[in-house]
Amino acid sequence: MTDMSDAVIDHGHAVHDHHGPAKGLMRWVLTTNHKDIGTLYLWFSFCAFLLGGSMAMVIRAELFQPGLQIVQPEFFNQMTTMHGLIMVFGAVMPAFVGLANWMIPLMIGAPDMALPRMNNFSFWLLPAAFGLLVSTLFMEGGGPNFGWTFYAPLSTTYAPESVTFFIFAIHLMGISSIMGAINVIATVLNLRAPGMTLMKMPLFVWTWLITAFLLIAVMPVLAGVVTMMLMDIHFGTSFFSAAGGGDPVLFQHVFWFFGHPEVYIMILPAFGAISAIIPAFSRKPLFGYTSMVYATGAIAFLSFLVWSHHMFTVGIPLTGELFFMYATMLIAVPTGVKVFNWVSTMWQGSLTFEAPMLFAVAFVILFTIGGFSGLMLAIAPADFQYHDTYFVVAHFHYVLVPGAIFGIFASAYYWLPKWTGHMYDETLARLHFWLSFVGMNLAFFPMHFLGLAGMPRRIPDYNLMFANFNLVSSIGAFLFGATQLLFLFIVIKCIRGGRPAPAKPWDGAEGLEWSVPSPAPYHTFQVPPEVK
Amino acid sequence: MRHPRLWMGLLVGVLHSSAQGAWDVNMHRGATEVSRSVFDLHMTIFWICVIIGVLVFSVMIWSMIIHRRSTGQQPAHFHENTRVEVLWTVIPLLILIGMAVPATRTLIDIYDTSESDVDIQVTGYQWKWHYKYLGEDVEFFSNLTTSREQMNNLAPKGEHYLLEVDNPLVVPVGAKVRFLITAADVIHSWWVPALAVKKDAIPGFINESWTRIEEPGIYRGQCTELCGKDHGFMPVVVEAKSREDYAAWLAERKAEAAQLKELTSKEWTREELVERGQQVYQTYCSACHQANGEGLPPMFPALKGSPLTTGPLDGHLNIVFNGKPGTAMAAFGRQLSEVDIAAVVTYERNALGNSVGDMLTPQDVLAFKQAQE
Repeated sequence: MTDMSDAVIDHGHAVHDHHGPAKGLMRWVLTTNHKDIGTLYLWFSFCAFLLGGSMAMVIRAELFQPGLQIVQPEFFNQMTTMHGLIMVFGAVMPAFVGLANWMIPLMIGAPDMALPRMNNFSFWLLPAAFGLLVSTLFMEGGGPNFGWTFYAPLSTTYAPESVTFFIFAIHLMGISSIMGAINVIATVLNLRAPGMTLMKMPLFVWTWLITAFLLIAVMPVLAGVVTMMLMDIHFGTSFFSAAGGGDPVLFQHVFWFFGHPEVYIMILPAFGAISAIIPAFSRKPLFGYTSMVYATGAIAFLSFLVWSHHMFTVGIPLTGELFFMYATMLIAVPTGVKVFNWVSTMWQGSLTFEAPMLFAVAFVILFTIGGFSGLMLAIAPADFQYHDTYFVVAHFHYVLVPGAIFGIFASAYYWLPKWTGHMYDETLARLHFWLSFVGMNLAFFPMHFLGLAGMPRRIPDYNLMFANFNLVSSIGAFLFGATQLLFLFIVIKCIRGGRPAPAKPWDGAEGLEWSVPSPAPYHTFQVPPEVK
Repeated sequence: MRHPRLWMGLLVGVLHSSAQGAWDVNMHRGATEVSRSVFDLHMTIFWICVIIGVLVFSVMIWSMIIHRRSTGQQPAHFHENTRVEVLWTVIPLLILIGMAVPATRTLIDIYDTSESDVDIQVTGYQWKWHYKYLGEDVEFFSNLTTSREQMNNLAPKGEHYLLEVDNPLVVPVGAKVRFLITAADVIHSWWVPALAVKKDAIPGFINESWTRIEEPGIYRGQCTELCGKDHGFMPVVVEAKSREDYAAWLAERKAEAAQLKELTSKEWTREELVERGQQVYQTYCSACHQANGEGLPPMFPALKGSPLTTGPLDGHLNIVFNGKPGTAMAAFGRQLSEVDIAAVVTYERNALGNSVGDMLTPQDVLAFKQAQE
């Protein structure tokens, strides 16, 4: 983008600066506008959320009662695998990239992302990757059926033939994520408005900056591990086969070196958004801004040192087991700091509970419950009882659903007026919140009990002693799933019309994004704002 | 809802009709010293979480009730307090250190596999467990016995639905039993909740674990690492017997092994082999190749009318004995006796819609085995 003095000299650029979006489909295919690309990411993410969600509905329908009734075990395994892959790589990660695209330039006073053409490419890789991944379901032998963690040798020697397509799909997603991360880092480090020092950045920008470094560090590791699989399957190597001198556990070490930072990639941007929303609806500045930044950095650093807590039962030596147990327990400290800060922000504020705040408050409470079960899982001897049971399923759904996904819902309601220029329907949004809240707790809380009673995860059928809570859980899951169609309705209704939104619809909100009109014009901050 | 009492009655009836323990919300104390100390750790960390949770959430809820704008609340302006921030960093750290001490103690105990009285090799297969009593010449497979009819809702499900096997692992009470855990194909995980033993079974590597059961009884668990199609159908059943009963059981098992050796040298007719082969096929082959031999192509090929089961005998035996590398077809030469291999090959050639008419004797299998070594 050029600034105004250039525009006067260069007539061509001046025309370019003032045009609006192109017309028709090609607007979306060729766009390099951060707002368009943000919108594409968000819609893609929502489609993936519905697809992954409908697979969850198949899983919960099969587990509704004991016995095999709806699907056979082979297909059940494909559903659990694809549900995990689509939710992690298709729903949660692209949603945060979409939010980053829309909001980071608006929050730091930049005219666009630093690398707009790469931005377009990194989005359009995603439909290709997911087209490839979902097409495996229709191939002979079926799609990936080895769990979203795809442990070798089940995913190599014993995998269906479609595994090669799965590997290429992962490669494409990885390339897309790395490019997205480079773009965020380049934007945040280079395009901040004058006066916007690092320690004045909104926390959403901070958490995304740290997330982007995590992505750049670990996505190549994921690419490495799937490439090793590809070599084992097609080129006669034995990285993961003991018969050829390799080690199946090596796979798990490499995978979880990616996998643990990955779970923070899915939650840190939500921390950032919640740190904007709670002060806005408490009408009070965020408590402990500096400690929030350092806590996020500490969590990111520790995420590289704890991967083996996913592998307490593989038989690592006692000293290794102890190290990973202590390091994992340590993560509770910076996470605790964040929760205490949010609570202190609310303390003596002037609180109102519009939909973003409802989701944010539920985020703090329910994510903390997921954090507690995480602390329990960190205790290695106790983990021997929890590992690979429904207790773990309950744990990571508590951090991902009311964590990552409620964080996304809160962000969506918070910024929808800025995106569309209309206020969303508050009554329906509150209904969406309460139905999601009840459905989600009904679906996932009983899973703690199932795991403690001894039900392993990833099984299509179970003993009668697990029947009651599975029934409750399925009912909750159906409620939660159906409720998300209401969210779709609310968003479409908000796009099509509604009360016009002022530039700053929330009286307690802070930040540059509220200084531009609603809806945000196609081009914003062509002249950088001055930050005091 | 004209008859609320009727509805309540129905609801209560449904709840009571389910199996005992169906509303269990917590882990059980288990049957060993280790399982009890694991349970204590679990409860300690649980109550720590509950106390912290109650404190934090009470403050939040208090704030949500008292500090609402609708009560006329004016917002305060404070946004930091170093003393408070240091306190809520240091206090959790101290709690965690307090928690780490007993956890370390229990972990060291769990890792001490020395001075065992009985050593048992546990091997995970797709989808069954194999137990070998080291130094005793006793080994056997442990297969799920729940019927397909029960799984497909064609017959009522029993109390131990999916948690019952033909040959449970038998161990003596009071003895330190060491498990050497490995796998033959993919990674499995051997778990018995009441013993607090869960260890991954990894092909090519041996993991160690141990238990000392105090009371005779039957303890049930399941495979806890996704291992393919029938991951949910390979339970673990451990039967703890008194030392005398265990000795008697072991002697009986040894006698059976000797008897099996005699069977190998017996003269078999084709009909006898087909009859025995049907049993073997149902237990070991039908999960993939299906009871009717039609398989689930392309992952699990059909045996009915296949060039393999209707072609030369040697090729057929070779695949059954050595498996097919790179596929789910296991090498049954190490899993089944000579008699059972002869029986199942003969069965596959003369049943499932095939009628080749020839037969394979246990002596043929023995000769094949010796030629391989």
